[in-house]
Amino acid sequence: MRRVVVTGLGVFTSTGKDRESFFSNLLRGRSGVRRISQFDPSSLSVQIAAEISDYNPADYFDPKRLDLLDRFSQLALIAAREAVESAGLKVPEAERPRFGVVIGTGMGGAATFDVGYYNLYAKRATRLHPFTIPKIMHNAATSQICMEYGAQGPSLSTATACSSSGHALGEAFHLIKFGMADVMLAGGADAPITYGMMRCWESVRVLAAGNGNPATACRPFSADRDGLVIGEGAGILVLEELEHAKRRGAKIYAELAGYGLSSDASHMTQPTVAGPARAVRMALEEAQVSPDEVDYINAHGTGTRLNDATETRVIKEVFGERARRIAVSSTKSMHGHTMGATGAVELVATVMALERGIIPPTANYTQPDPECDLDYVPNQAREKPIRVAVSNSFAFGGLNAVLLVRKPQ
Amino acid sequence: MDVANKVMEIIAREQHLDPCKVTIDSTFAELGIDSLDGVNILFALEEEFKIDIPDAVAQNMKSVRQVVDSLTRVLEGKDISDLVAIAKGETPAASN
Repeated sequence: MRRVVVTGLGVFTSTGKDRESFFSNLLRGRSGVRRISQFDPSSLSVQIAAEISDYNPADYFDPKRLDLLDRFSQLALIAAREAVESAGLKVPEAERPRFGVVIGTGMGGAATFDVGYYNLYAKRATRLHPFTIPKIMHNAATSQICMEYGAQGPSLSTATACSSSGHALGEAFHLIKFGMADVMLAGGADAPITYGMMRCWESVRVLAAGNGNPATACRPFSADRDGLVIGEGAGILVLEELEHAKRRGAKIYAELAGYGLSSDASHMTQPTVAGPARAVRMALEEAQVSPDEVDYINAHGTGTRLNDATETRVIKEVFGERARRIAVSSTKSMHGHTMGATGAVELVATVMALERGIIPPTANYTQPDPECDLDYVPNQAREKPIRVAVSNSFAFGGLNAVLLVRKPQ
Repeated sequence: MDVANKVMEIIAREQHLDPCKVTIDSTFAELGIDSLDGVNILFALEEEFKIDIPDAVAQNMKSVRQVVDSLTRVLEGKDISDLVAIAKGETPAASN
């Protein structure tokens, strides 16, 4: 059976514009949540988000290219460049039909939608900019990355809300494992901090308050948690067939060994225990890993009342007695909920934790909740050798994606 | 404002080109204008001149001079049915 390894890592987030600054900020418990600056948020009840600060697109793209890039595609391309560079990846022309891209996004070109509808409804425009469609398409980021690197192999985009990039990575993993590709760029990107999207989220009543103190707004698993914080960003990983990676002498960060996916088939916003639990078990089975080998879980851990209590039950259901000995942390406490990017951003954190033997904390943890009674690595990073780590993504709509990585053997 | 100069200015702006590279004799191919760039330029012209350029005419614009000629006729309110017919590959009913 073909094995798949992670050979490149790229992130572009509010907590760091590259993998090293991202991970070191996570270890220090530094939050990227702040008052929104992309538009005037004064009229919103929630005026904070995990927003990438000091970002000037012209520093990364020439003007002609930029005309066709919604912000979510920009973030995806920047993260892809870091992933490719960190992998030392140069795919020869002849191998490009076996080199593909899978990028997840929940919202696609949200800012382009927003501007278009504002022009249409508020300014009474009778025509919209011809680049609107090529910018808003959910597959725009995938296509842009394919074009940048000449990736001509199996390529697609996934759109499963908060599980989008978990599914993107899992599907890319299987494309390699089952012989359809040798190298994949996979991950996710979302840029949902627009006036329209923030109003949509506001109405669901799941956002953390915290206008007065953005950095501590997101408090996963803590008894005083009061919701999630919308974030933007991108995470992209290079996945590669093991022998292919060895032949070119690539650095191997981790083996991607298991992928589980399931549907709750229950409710659009309320998660079940059984659905996510089946996804976790499926990942363990594929990797042929026993629950006792798992040392770290990077939780979905959104910071909502319901998610964190349910996810705790999922972990206890699958791991039994072992659950209390597994370190579980939610890095969303710092980089926010980056929507379609979140599975990939968190897999980068998970792989770096595995590689270095140090676990990023759940920041802003203040008090235990009887419904959340596991070891959440509160506030302080922890040195701990990790054999196997799991990263959870449980989406609105009840679609779950779980990824399992282990130390390269 | 001279229509030709305005057209060349808009093409240079939308293509992010040095304005002196764009002349009345430039073809779209020479300026690296592909089909998507073409609709973008037409959109900018429609916005600038507050007009509608029919799809059939738009599809046949492959050079700066063609754009300027078509646009001038639309702006002067002339009948452009012959241009539409040519664009559609038909023989114009009459020429004036």
